[in-house]
Amino acid sequence: MSKKLFYVLAAPLAAVGVALIISSLVLLIAGANPFSAYSNMWEFGTRLETIIETLNRATPLYLSGIAVAIGFRMNLFNIGIEGQYVLAAIIAAKVGAEINLPPVLHVLVIILTAMAVGAFWSGLAGFLKVTRNVHEVISTIMLNAIAVAGVVSYLLSVWDVPDASLDTALKAIPESGWMPSLNGWVEVFTRDIKRVELWGFILVAVVVGVVYHVLINRTRIGYDLRASGENPTAATASGTDPKKMIMTAMVLGGAVAGLVGLPELLGSSHAYNLRFTQQLGFAGIAVALLGRNHAVGIAIGAFVFGWLDRASGVLEVRGDAPREIVAIMQGVIILAAVVAYAVVERKRRAEEASAAAAATAAAKPPDQVSVEEGGAS
Amino acid sequence: MSGGPRPSPDLTTGWKRFTRGIGQSSVLGRVSTLSARNWILAALGIVFLLSLTQQFAKLETSDLTSSGTWIIALAWSVPIIMAGLGGIFSERTGIVNIGLEGMLVLGTWFGAFGTLLYGPWWGMVIAAIAGSLGGLLLALATVTFNVDHIIAGVAINLMAPGITRFLSSIHFPDRGGSITQSPTIVGVSSFSIPVLSGGIVFGWQSPDILGRIESWNWFFVSDLAGIMRGFTSGMSWLTLVAILIVPAATWLLWKTSFGLRLRSCGENPHAADSLGVNVYKYKYFGVAIGGALAGFGGGFLAVQLSGLYREGQTLGKGFIGLATMIFGNWRPVGTALGGLLFGFAETLRLRDPRAAHALLLLIVFGLAVLLFRALYLRKAKAASWIGVSATLVLVWYLSTNSVPNQLPKITPHIAVLGLLIFATQRLRMPAADGQRYRKGEGG
Repeated sequence: MSKKLFYVLAAPLAAVGVALIISSLVLLIAGANPFSAYSNMWEFGTRLETIIETLNRATPLYLSGIAVAIGFRMNLFNIGIEGQYVLAAIIAAKVGAEINLPPVLHVLVIILTAMAVGAFWSGLAGFLKVTRNVHEVISTIMLNAIAVAGVVSYLLSVWDVPDASLDTALKAIPESGWMPSLNGWVEVFTRDIKRVELWGFILVAVVVGVVYHVLINRTRIGYDLRASGENPTAATASGTDPKKMIMTAMVLGGAVAGLVGLPELLGSSHAYNLRFTQQLGFAGIAVALLGRNHAVGIAIGAFVFGWLDRASGVLEVRGDAPREIVAIMQGVIILAAVVAYAVVERKRRAEEASAAAAATAAAKPPDQVSVEEGGAS
Repeated sequence: MSGGPRPSPDLTTGWKRFTRGIGQSSVLGRVSTLSARNWILAALGIVFLLSLTQQFAKLETSDLTSSGTWIIALAWSVPIIMAGLGGIFSERTGIVNIGLEGMLVLGTWFGAFGTLLYGPWWGMVIAAIAGSLGGLLLALATVTFNVDHIIAGVAINLMAPGITRFLSSIHFPDRGGSITQSPTIVGVSSFSIPVLSGGIVFGWQSPDILGRIESWNWFFVSDLAGIMRGFTSGMSWLTLVAILIVPAATWLLWKTSFGLRLRSCGENPHAADSLGVNVYKYKYFGVAIGGALAGFGGGFLAVQLSGLYREGQTLGKGFIGLATMIFGNWRPVGTALGGLLFGFAETLRLRDPRAAHALLLLIVFGLAVLLFRALYLRKAKAASWIGVSATLVLVWYLSTNSVPNQLPKITPHIAVLGLLIFATQRLRMPAADGQRYRKGEGG
């Protein structure tokens, strides 16, 4: 058991260690003192307000990570989260601004719209894979560009409301379609929070995480998904329809991807505008990799990435280094993590194989052992 | 076709048999499926369609075929083509390269920085080196550590903008730039070919024959002259280098034993290994060369086209390059033509929105050609699909006066999706592309 835990933790810890070393080197080259930089980050990063901002940043990252992980679980690379969520956000913002409903219902309609749009855009890639055997990596890359540079950019120009602010933005969603801040709840346990608000959508993210975990590990669909990912041939032989599983994974992933833009939309901006946060889709891939597609792991990954994003601001203020060092850190963490996972996995397999060889050697008569060993190595 | 590389004497007959096998396989061994005469005919056909569109669209400006348009289109297609070639070198060794975008980004920054320090030529060299370092990082992750190619590529794409932004914040503010952009830089000079397009030879202003013909405004003839003038005048020396890289890449990949070994790693690495090819080494070579080409493309974008480094200036050109590579069926010449097509669409968008609208008509004419071909080959189903789409595009053209400004921007992506949907069987990627390889495992 402790050995299993070691295998789970070794890789991410090694990755963070390598990232720290490399970032320290970069900081040194840039003429900064790494220790003062890290201690400033730690001091600033453990403030209540920074943690709230971190959670706000981590919420969409988490959703994005889950959306990627659903595909990863069956070896599907849905790298189209970017296009799916941006498209979903702008259409959900439009729908939310045009309709009038009582508070909870209004939010629900916005959420469902976003999920439907995300699922549709992702489903397109799934459909192309199932019917025309188009690889999902290529189709989702192309659909990303078509969504972001094409459709969303076009919709933004068409739906832009000319107003005094000269800002390119859609009509705002009325207050019944907002998600309340959770500051009141947090303040029960802590001091008063200044300036920042904890977006309520974090609760939805928690629900999504739980549903994801249960769905993957405790249901028929989840079992089929994992089986198709681990061994497609065996899964097909045992009666799973691979095409159906591809569509299911893509549509589910897309539905979750549709949620990625909503924390910001429902929590603070309330309208889609030119400054709407992008690139969360690609960050989600990183977070899913870091968290090894596990609901809790992704949460940790999202928090780490969110924290790095938010706590790094202090570096510039205190004159340690440009905050962009964090982007390098994140990249190194990812590369180091995937390499470490690959190495640990190979080691684990080798140990499993030798353990199995030892077990068979013990169980079988000696004359068969040499044959078995030859096959296992 | 059979002019394949000669096996070096130290290799066994097994190698000969293997290479012969590759040479005879349907697509791999052939440099092109068209002969030179057919290429010329096809090019003339395209020019004819363009001038036909020009006539029917009643454009006051002759932007579809003017030399001005094509000079710019050629220049703007260079980064796309270079990224596409970079993808070819990488994927021909079996490494899927999603990280092209990141390598392009590295190229833009280092190209601009190198130009600031040592002038544009050295700047481009530095850009190529930076790109190849990105490639080596990809190779380290995918070849040595066996990380999934897509994942490693995504990581590089995440990291590259961080690196450039960090470097910008250190270097550019003191030199008159900012965190997001460099100070302006000057690229290399341009030239025109003498006699044909009025180039200057030793101070003598030679006649501009093509320019003269273009100004006559004759149907087809002037259009042809305009396009030819676009390829022979106002061209930067760097563009010339880029153009020369295309046949050089074909030669290197299809006419040398280095290229054959490199491609064998992308087709069947275990067979290549059994015949003594150092698969790991060739994968490193391929990805590093690919990265250098992408870096060159990025440098060209910053140094020659934009005159400065600006954050986010690649605008997904690495992905367009990837699309172009597929469009060109993993071969240099096709990729170059695809890149030119996409650069042309982009140029029209920037120069003249009305001409971009006329592109719809061009698509209708193009589909009509395909329709006749399908009818001639008696492919009823294909013909009906093509007919329906042609009609729809024609209705769109006739019922509007302009296309959304975004449409030309996403043309490459739609084109590639269309190609993958309708012409998959004509595409052939390297057989072992994207697969993880470990020496001695399976095969």
